[in-house]
Amino acid sequence: MSGSQKINRSAIQIQAEVLSNKKVGPYHHMVFAVDKMAASCKPGNFVAISVGGGQSSLILRRAFAIYRANDKGPMGGSIELVVAPHGQGSQWLCAQNVGEFVDIVGPLGTSFGVPSSNANTLLVGGGYGSAPLFALAEVLKNRGCRVDMVLGASTASKIYAPLEGKRSVSSLTLTTDDGSTGIHGQISEAIPRLIRENSIEVIYSCGPMGMLAAVSKIAIEFDIPHQCAVEEAMACGVGVCMTCVVPVKDDDQIKMTRTCIDGPVMDGAKIIWDRKIVMDALHP
Amino acid sequence: MSSLDFSTKIGSRRFSNPIFTASGCASSGQELSQFFPISEIGAVVTKSIMTKPRTGRATPRMAETPSGMLNSIGLQGPGIDAFLENDIPWLLANSAKVIVSIAGETVDEYGVLARKLRAVSGVSAVEVNISCPNVENRGQVFACHPESAVAVIESVRRNIGGELPIVAKLSPDVTNIVEIAQSVINVGVDGLALINTLLGMVIDTNTMKPKLAGKTGGLSGPAIRPVAVRAIYQVHQAFPQTPIVGMGGVSNGRDAFEMVLAGASAVSVGTATFGNPSAAMQIKDELSNLLLEKGFNDFRDAIGFAHRGV
Repeated sequence: MSGSQKINRSAIQIQAEVLSNKKVGPYHHMVFAVDKMAASCKPGNFVAISVGGGQSSLILRRAFAIYRANDKGPMGGSIELVVAPHGQGSQWLCAQNVGEFVDIVGPLGTSFGVPSSNANTLLVGGGYGSAPLFALAEVLKNRGCRVDMVLGASTASKIYAPLEGKRSVSSLTLTTDDGSTGIHGQISEAIPRLIRENSIEVIYSCGPMGMLAAVSKIAIEFDIPHQCAVEEAMACGVGVCMTCVVPVKDDDQIKMTRTCIDGPVMDGAKIIWDRKIVMDALHP
Repeated sequence: MSSLDFSTKIGSRRFSNPIFTASGCASSGQELSQFFPISEIGAVVTKSIMTKPRTGRATPRMAETPSGMLNSIGLQGPGIDAFLENDIPWLLANSAKVIVSIAGETVDEYGVLARKLRAVSGVSAVEVNISCPNVENRGQVFACHPESAVAVIESVRRNIGGELPIVAKLSPDVTNIVEIAQSVINVGVDGLALINTLLGMVIDTNTMKPKLAGKTGGLSGPAIRPVAVRAIYQVHQAFPQTPIVGMGGVSNGRDAFEMVLAGASAVSVGTATFGNPSAAMQIKDELSNLLLEKGFNDFRDAIGFAHRGV
């Protein structure tokens, strides 16, 4: 596509050694040695990983949000991912042992925009979608922002909230669909109160598309900017396959926009969340 | 170590090596240029461009299948005017050899596209995509019928003028691909691109509905490679003088060599790029090594070698 101003020019392709692989509840926390790639990773960026080994019938890369990046460490630069082993590709990745190498392309995509002055921010994470929000919380706190966080999942074990991640957060609210921890209900039900009580000025979110749609609706009602990291199935992660698009308002038209180049972090107010509108327009 | 003449020809045009990108799998080159110098592959074949901007289909647009994938993009693109203004200058500034792929909904649209390309300098060839399976009406797959295939090629030929080579991209979803090839060769194409994706479908057994928003999609990847090799072999056997750009699931140098042996004068790398952005460069190096290993000093001696002495 033309005018691809947003291509993440710091992306490189490397063979990265697995430094750590630990099971955390239903997820795997994995650390990879990525050398100088780490220095160019920003909160919201993702990596695309080749899965299955050389002879695999799985031919497409898998995209994973970066949980955190450390550009200085005893092993050089490293990145951390939180992986949910729910498909063949992520299961393969979670089965990789320390010392093995995987093919990683990154960092890819856009990152969360940070306010130029201190602001009251609300970070909303669904399931393991909370992962990239902790690095963002740190950046925001260092900018002098107030950071409130709300994390939701279907059940308590699926909330990803490690101890060290909570340090940058002023308040943490949990919600579960089954009431096993925190507030019993959907994450979106907890947001209006948090916006009012903490005079929220910016919302950041990451998680399943249904949750992002609900958060977008609330952000529009309260007239608050909302940056969401979307999750659409990708084949390449680098902008050439055109499969990972989301419908974005473009005057009165629909523009199918690549989430690997113009996302994953996008303006929630510009995305057309109502699938019926898109289907009626594109598949009459 | 002996040296290899790796160059190849399509019509009047020479390319420094026979590894191209496949249309729709490399956008217009910019996204891949951070992984390798785009000028080092034989040519960039751009995503098929239409007369007007096009939104394409809703998502899901993709379904991974065993050793392959279905795509259902629906020819999303900026339209020929924006393409000529933005993409061609970038490609030429980066010293890429460019093959522009065009697609239309009507015979006339192909003519309009050809006329616009006529005025552009620096383009090495035009690929006429008459075989995209992701159109609403199967009747629009011009490559499924000799008469409609001929009508499109004649329209392009009339409008393009000069010596710009015309490459017709054919579909394997036909009873007799040699017959379709014959029809477009008769009206003067300079080369054939074999093969486009095969029409396929995946049904999600959880939702119990087709997985793709467009219901059907084009199957690509290693799963279709034997189909491509067969099509190239058959067409090269019938028309050994017509250059073929072979494609369909090429993932390494061995796969590219297989297509060359079947009769391909060049090999396009498509879906492999999705799994590995450096695939085209790696395949180029691997093919070069394989040719030398097999004792070829001139790439062109290997084209159609599988037919020798048969």
